[in-house]
Amino acid sequence: MAGYLFGFMALAAFVAAFLGAARGRSKRFAATEKTHSRPIYHGLNAAIWTGVPAFVFLLLWLLFQNSVIDMLVIGSYPGADSLSGSEKNLLISEIRQVAAGSVFREPTPEITAAVAHLKSLQALSSWAMLAVVAALVAVGAFLGIRAIQTRYPARHSVERSVTWFMMFSSLVAILTTAGIVLSLVYEALQFFARVPATEFLFGLRWEPQIAIRADQVAGQGAFGMIPVLFGTFAVSALAMAVAIPTGILSAIYLTEYANERFRAVVKPLLEILAGIPTIVYGFFAVLTVAPLVRSLGLSIGIDSAPNSALAAGGVMGIMLIPFISSLSDDAFAAVPRAIREGSFALGATKGETIRKVLLPAALPGIVGGVLLALSRAVGETMIVVMAAGLIAKMTLNPFESVTTVTVQIVTLLIGDSEFDNPKTLAAFALGLVLFIITLGLNLIALRTVRKYREKY
Amino acid sequence: MNIMTEAAVEQKVQAGLNEPAVKMKGESVDVHYGEKQALFGVNLDIRENQVTALIGPSGCGKSTFLRCLNRMNDTIDIARVSGKITLDGEDVYDPKIDVVELRARVGMVFQKPNPFPKSIYENVAYGPRIHGLTKNRAELDGIVESSLKKAALWNEVKDRLNESGTGLSGGQQQRLCIARAIAVSPEVILMDEPCSALDPIATAKVEELIDELRENYTIVIVTHSMQQAARVSQRTAMFHIGYLVEEGATEKMFTNPDDKRTQDYITGRFG
Repeated sequence: MAGYLFGFMALAAFVAAFLGAARGRSKRFAATEKTHSRPIYHGLNAAIWTGVPAFVFLLLWLLFQNSVIDMLVIGSYPGADSLSGSEKNLLISEIRQVAAGSVFREPTPEITAAVAHLKSLQALSSWAMLAVVAALVAVGAFLGIRAIQTRYPARHSVERSVTWFMMFSSLVAILTTAGIVLSLVYEALQFFARVPATEFLFGLRWEPQIAIRADQVAGQGAFGMIPVLFGTFAVSALAMAVAIPTGILSAIYLTEYANERFRAVVKPLLEILAGIPTIVYGFFAVLTVAPLVRSLGLSIGIDSAPNSALAAGGVMGIMLIPFISSLSDDAFAAVPRAIREGSFALGATKGETIRKVLLPAALPGIVGGVLLALSRAVGETMIVVMAAGLIAKMTLNPFESVTTVTVQIVTLLIGDSEFDNPKTLAAFALGLVLFIITLGLNLIALRTVRKYREKY
Repeated sequence: MNIMTEAAVEQKVQAGLNEPAVKMKGESVDVHYGEKQALFGVNLDIRENQVTALIGPSGCGKSTFLRCLNRMNDTIDIARVSGKITLDGEDVYDPKIDVVELRARVGMVFQKPNPFPKSIYENVAYGPRIHGLTKNRAELDGIVESSLKKAALWNEVKDRLNESGTGLSGGQQQRLCIARAIAVSPEVILMDEPCSALDPIATAKVEELIDELRENYTIVIVTHSMQQAARVSQRTAMFHIGYLVEEGATEKMFTNPDDKRTQDYITGRFG
């Protein structure tokens, strides 16, 4: 129903655009004085008038119609006032299920009456929706087309609408972020109501697999995040140890030394590296790199786990090379040619010019790239889920397995989960910590990148 | 530093007492940028301790010739130079010549001031550092100070040597670049329209400076300003669409040129 309506609105807007453009083109306007706007703008303006109000109305209607109907149905249900919030939710979902035809037990007469009420309200709602949308389309089209006059500033009004639309688009990301933060904070607060924040922040033991049902055999539970955080930093540090030198050196080679042909081939290939799904890197890490690392570790006499921090971190580092190299590349390319020539003219070699002039000048850009890569490393999930371990250990041996914040979030939310249990809720607290870390890294990165724009 | 080859000595002797010795010499220099030829058989002598001005309308090849003198065209992939350019009789395009040493002897100042995004001190100390000209900090300090003094910038910056070189005014930046070039004690300084981005006051300062520098250095300057060429140079070379039209003492070039194109150009009839 709503789908057809959207189609109808689009069609109506299209027709209005044609009519508007035709009216804008007609001789009557053009003959007397210079028209303010070209016909296309009149058409677009008419289309906006026709489509947008109806579209916004339809969206809002769809957003709110269910809750309004629910409220009305519950309101007329006998004895509903005495029910608690969750009982009301149960009741309404039962009514909806019966209405949808899935019946598990014989409905009570009250339920049957409520179902009938619900159905009549739904029918009413869709007719009302249809009528209002049709009216809005008709009125909008009428006003939009009538507004077309020789001096009517359709260009301005179209541009204003487009500006509004752009503003709305830019707000989407911000609103979503705010929503994510709020939901994370809400669940994390639930967690901290059950586990003291000090234990979570400073505890050195992480054994979150506690019983969710009474009959489960499980550990006592300990929620100290330090070992998990340690694992994240260990894996990230290994990843950066691979990515930073490789990325920067490849950027230097590509911008300063490589000839045009080599660059044309290698640069896109490097960027393909950024496009490989991380789960594919995960396969590579667990099937190819991890056994290699293990046999290497054993051959030099170090205690090695099948899933090592080194395997996960190393592969993650390879994944991050394109981030660092392409941002460093931009930073080098942004250093003006005049500055290079100034150095060459003083008799500096290429290497000296790169080390002493280009690198310092490009450093803020490179640091920005490194920090962005680091926040990717901290938040990376798939590779570590596949290639890192599950047990939280604080070890400096890279051949040992460690676990990371992201891995723990995944394991906590898989299997039995219940949202009044610290085991499940701990995932959100970890998520919040992760969010804060990456947010901080991104802020620093953005600030450094901005600073380097002022440099020369 | 000033080890003279036999050829150079010979030249000096030949030049006699009145004419200063030839420091650099271009012989039938051709330059191609890809398919396009930018210079056609240019023969030009650069005389020691004189200012030689290269003039001519835009695109005439004067900057191209200038950039051949210290092989800055090497940094442009598509540029090809043929013919012979000598410094004290040595061919600078000889494969045995180290371009890095050549550029230490033939310094350059660019059209747009291009200080490094480093402190004023570091800008000047850069050259001496990479060439290992000093043994300790005190010597380096000395070079920085004397270079800045020679560039007539010392009094303006002596209290803020650690501030960024890019924070100076345009004229100061250009004098900083001159100080930077002087700091490696070059024999020749090439200047590619050094005043085109400066206001008249800064221009006057730089011109005054060029005149003083002549005592110790050989200077080649590309300029679009006829007055500037007349004011600062002893010899002038006129270029037009890739050819050297004529060359001679500045006084003669500006009062009684042999070629009509030079006459037209300096009187503003074309270009």
